[in-house]
Amino acid sequence: MPNLAAPDSLILLIYGFFMLTAGFSLKPAMTNSQQFMQAGRAMPGWLCGVAMLGASLGSLEVLGMGAAGARYGLPSVAFFALGSIPAMLFAGLYLMPVFYGSNSLADSSAQKPGAVAARSIPEYLGLRFDRKTRALNALMFAAMSAFGAGIALYAMARVFVALHVFDQVAITLNLPPTGTLLLAMALPAALVLAYVLLGGLGAAMYNQALQFCLIIAGLLPMVLLGLKRIGGWSGLKATVPANSFHPGTHPMGAGVVVLAVGAGFVLGGATWCTDFRLLQAAMAAKNVEAARRGPMIAAALRVFVVIVLILPGLIAVGLPTPHTSIVIHNDNGVIYHEITVVPPAVEAGGGLVPAKADTDGKPVKGADGHAVLDYAMATPNMLLQFLPAGLLGLGLTALLACLMGGVAAGVTSFSTVFTCDIFQAFLAKNAADKRLLAVARWAAVGGMMLSFAAACAAMRFDSPLDAILLVFAVVNAPLFAALLLGAFWRRATGHGAFAGLIAGAAAALLHHGLSLPRGEQPGIQGGWITVLHHPSSDLALGLGTAMLAFLVSLLVAAAVSLFTNAAQAEELNGLVFSLTARPPSIWAWWKRPEAMAAAILLAAIAVSLIFI
Amino acid sequence: MFYDPRISLGMLFTLIGTVLTAFGLATRSNADVYSKSMGIDANLCWGLVLLVFGILVLTLGRRGQMKQEKIKK
Repeated sequence: MPNLAAPDSLILLIYGFFMLTAGFSLKPAMTNSQQFMQAGRAMPGWLCGVAMLGASLGSLEVLGMGAAGARYGLPSVAFFALGSIPAMLFAGLYLMPVFYGSNSLADSSAQKPGAVAARSIPEYLGLRFDRKTRALNALMFAAMSAFGAGIALYAMARVFVALHVFDQVAITLNLPPTGTLLLAMALPAALVLAYVLLGGLGAAMYNQALQFCLIIAGLLPMVLLGLKRIGGWSGLKATVPANSFHPGTHPMGAGVVVLAVGAGFVLGGATWCTDFRLLQAAMAAKNVEAARRGPMIAAALRVFVVIVLILPGLIAVGLPTPHTSIVIHNDNGVIYHEITVVPPAVEAGGGLVPAKADTDGKPVKGADGHAVLDYAMATPNMLLQFLPAGLLGLGLTALLACLMGGVAAGVTSFSTVFTCDIFQAFLAKNAADKRLLAVARWAAVGGMMLSFAAACAAMRFDSPLDAILLVFAVVNAPLFAALLLGAFWRRATGHGAFAGLIAGAAAALLHHGLSLPRGEQPGIQGGWITVLHHPSSDLALGLGTAMLAFLVSLLVAAAVSLFTNAAQAEELNGLVFSLTARPPSIWAWWKRPEAMAAAILLAAIAVSLIFI
Repeated sequence: MFYDPRISLGMLFTLIGTVLTAFGLATRSNADVYSKSMGIDANLCWGLVLLVFGILVLTLGRRGQMKQEKIKK
């Protein structure tokens, strides 16, 4: 139980102050809707990259990487690094010129006046394909981002309640346990909403940069201390069970080939090449070069981030499990019995990872008789174990920061998509810019309220986190197919993309409804239609669903496109990669983005090889 | 207009670094505080690291801000 000392609270307060400062100091600049929704398209490349990373490290990712480290061992480093970095480099090299709108380059804007650069991914779909594709994607995305932000809020609030961070406040206010959970969700939500309303995407990006640095600053000392405790690198390797390296008994169970193809291509691609929550930061860059550099800088830093976030989980399972112990010692003839009581759920866990506890505090047993571990607690427990007062405050601030970065990304992207792609596109086509700005602010409020409702709904369900992969497979995987076709194949048509999106989503739902991981109950875990086959794990089911959705979407979109009329080449100017204006390369070869991307990729592969 | 984001980043870490360093110095001889970190005064060490990082970023940010203002003029 952390009793927050004065410096802990001071650091939390300093962070809170700086977070709001970003909002207040950018408020005077918020004079039109472009300033609010796109940060004036004036951001330097490095900030775009760091903000993308900050947005991607929401609470689910930070807790999830620690959990993956604890559950799957060292190969999860390769999974997270190689699953995302190629996709980020691809987005930077080939997709950003298309999404950012190379028409806005100074030299080509003279040739084509009035060319609109897309403000959001649905708007790009509208420009490249047609209005129905845009509307469909805007609605799906709005629902997904509100839902995702809600789940993130809930996941982190649960951790903060488990760590008793808000207990002092709750006791003074005399709140019941649910009240504490609500407070732990409402407080961060209100702070995020405050700075987003004040400073829009700019404030969100400034804060994501702060959050990214805080996550490293808060968690790195814990990793270093943990490594020292466990006996350095060799000590860590020694605690990892040997069979986790054997492909046959690999606990991920999805098969190495499926894993490489599925994770690297579909999951990574569908996240980093389509998710507007991340891409909005790069689309706010000051020019197309900065927009391309953003995802690449993010990729270079990602190698490091993955290690810092996964190692806590690895160390947590490697340490001895705490047990109730009685130490008897004799002090000047007086015998003392020092009893350290450990809750049964913690004792049944592995290392510092506790078992899931039921309402009586007893460990929950799985179908195989082993206790079900609560892997999400690996990183938070490491914080409590290793950080002394002072640094503990910094570590908790880091956890809070990652929660806020993810939620802010969800809220700003919801606001932009609602304003551009639902309000302006379908409800009030000729709305004045002042009105758009007001709508964008109200949309941020609405998005936050929806997220909060989703978080409250998540409190009632058992395992809301399992729904995330399903939503991802339904929304992002088909979108990835549509965007790939749109950006690289001139022949792709609006009808094709629309049909592809729907077919992909339907295929994902069907596959999810027909398969059930071994040892699970039908429901949100899958198998809600009827059970036809058993994937080896929930991860295998999630990967399979996403890949199927992607493939079905790709095939249907391509087939329908071939039977419908293609758009004229002039209409696609700047919207398809082969028709974008590329600036002449005046740089030496080693300064070009392609060389940078190759270097980052090699570094990522090298790091993954060390860990495997 | 937008100010250089490195200024707020640098200020935040300078402040946090100062707090941690000061607390680390004050509790240096207090073994109880550092039983978790195996006797290492982690606050002092990490506080100094963050302080240096903060001042560095702040300097870069101020330089960037001055450049930006010069261009505007």
